[in-house]
Amino acid sequence: MKKPARIFSEVIKHLFKKPATSGYPFTPATPMKDFRGRIDFDSAKCIGCQICVRVCPAKAIEIPLSEVQPPAPAQVEGQPPVAAKKKFDCIMKLGNCVYCWQCAESCPKQALITTQDFELASVDRKQLRRHYK
Amino acid sequence: MSKITIPFGPQHVALKEPENFMLVLEGEQIQGATVNLGYNHRGMEKAAEERTYLQDLYLIERVCGICSHSHTTCYITNVEELAKAETPKRALAIRTLVAELERVHSHLLWLGVAGYEMGFETLFMYTWRDREQVLDCLELLSGNRVHYSINTIGGVRRDISAEQKTEVMKRIDYLVERTNYYIKLATEEPTIYARTSKVGMLPPEEALRRNAVGPTARASGIARDVRKDDPYLIYNELDFKVITHNTNDVFGRLVVRALELVESYKIIKQVLNNLPEGPIAVKVPMRIAPGEAVNHYEAPRGEDIHYLKSNGTDKPERLKVRAPTLANLQSVQYMLEGGWMADVPLVIAAIDPCMSCTDRAVVWDPKKGKKQTYGWEELRKMAIERYKRRGVDFSRLG
Repeated sequence: MKKPARIFSEVIKHLFKKPATSGYPFTPATPMKDFRGRIDFDSAKCIGCQICVRVCPAKAIEIPLSEVQPPAPAQVEGQPPVAAKKKFDCIMKLGNCVYCWQCAESCPKQALITTQDFELASVDRKQLRRHYK
Repeated sequence: MSKITIPFGPQHVALKEPENFMLVLEGEQIQGATVNLGYNHRGMEKAAEERTYLQDLYLIERVCGICSHSHTTCYITNVEELAKAETPKRALAIRTLVAELERVHSHLLWLGVAGYEMGFETLFMYTWRDREQVLDCLELLSGNRVHYSINTIGGVRRDISAEQKTEVMKRIDYLVERTNYYIKLATEEPTIYARTSKVGMLPPEEALRRNAVGPTARASGIARDVRKDDPYLIYNELDFKVITHNTNDVFGRLVVRALELVESYKIIKQVLNNLPEGPIAVKVPMRIAPGEAVNHYEAPRGEDIHYLKSNGTDKPERLKVRAPTLANLQSVQYMLEGGWMADVPLVIAAIDPCMSCTDRAVVWDPKKGKKQTYGWEELRKMAIERYKRRGVDFSRLG
């Protein structure tokens, strides 16, 4: 059965509806819970095992030793000296990152923290290379 | 009337991706068509050989933006087959769910594009608005709208909670209602029928001869669907029909895709209601046992084939992807011949082409205008000669 202009009534109905689009830069957009956004870093938990560097498919992470290392704890009498816990930084190249969260999943100490940040575009390259200390 | 050859693409407003079609025209009528591939070749198969199996997962996902889950699932089935991993039932069910959500999103996208190509932009606007619902479902379940990354070697990365299930169900109910309206629209609106009927004809015997796959073959009356023919994941436990149509034209392809949407909703509801309990992933070692595996998968566009060869290390030795569009492009040539110039964008769009999936390695000599296939030995000889000219000698290597 052929009905000409079948979509016409639908179009008229939509004249009285709110727009389906959101006014994004003016009204904030909220991603879903557990949306895969930027990865944050907690230096206190990192043990420098470099697993995240190895699993990253985009080679976006570097875990260098921090420039300033914490001092070794004071030696307790009668016990061997305890080595200082090494401190690590994290360099995250946001331009390379594909936001798959594989690093955070593989991290044995949960030192990489997942966030929902997605407004990361920048015209300044330095902004795309985040150095977490 | 004299014949004239015009290039259609690689840069053309009707093509979303760069690909070249050489059309021999006599007046407005097409006398011959040649498809030239290779403008979108990204060397992904080679890149996969230099990454670990886990990293390849995210690379293979980016073969195509729309069938990202199809490619990873096909690849991961190969990896799990070689590693002899027992993937839990719940993981397979979640993979099936995401696969069907992906099919819904791909078919709604195609419906919009087809509406756009036939000059029915209202349909384009409505379907793409409704497609947001299924993209939201995917974002809810996996964490991203397009590259879901839900697969991992040995299972899936995220479980489905009860709240997520109700949310997805709610959105699917809305989509069912909308899709029923689109089916009515597609079959009753005379402008759609007038624009698509008898355009891009592909008779069944020609579809078989040219190895058409997916909705393109099914619209020519060939009931070919990997989900039914060789069930993978949990498709053998699900109740759904293979949709075929016998008009052999663009109208048939439109109806097949619209009706397949309804079947996909049915599958999604079945999977969500009967989600098996248990773990969602098993541990698989980084190194995969040596061997070869080949698997196929019904992507939204048709049969997708992956071949994988492993050599016992943590990186694959060879990966080969045969995307569905490559199989369907042979039919495009036939569909274009005898048709009209104004139908070209619609006919090309009707197979739902994905050129970035398709472009692998094609050797084509533009001077002689002929294509050539090279064997492994010849390719190796050529590579050695090429590097010799640059001052590196590889001939001594095994």
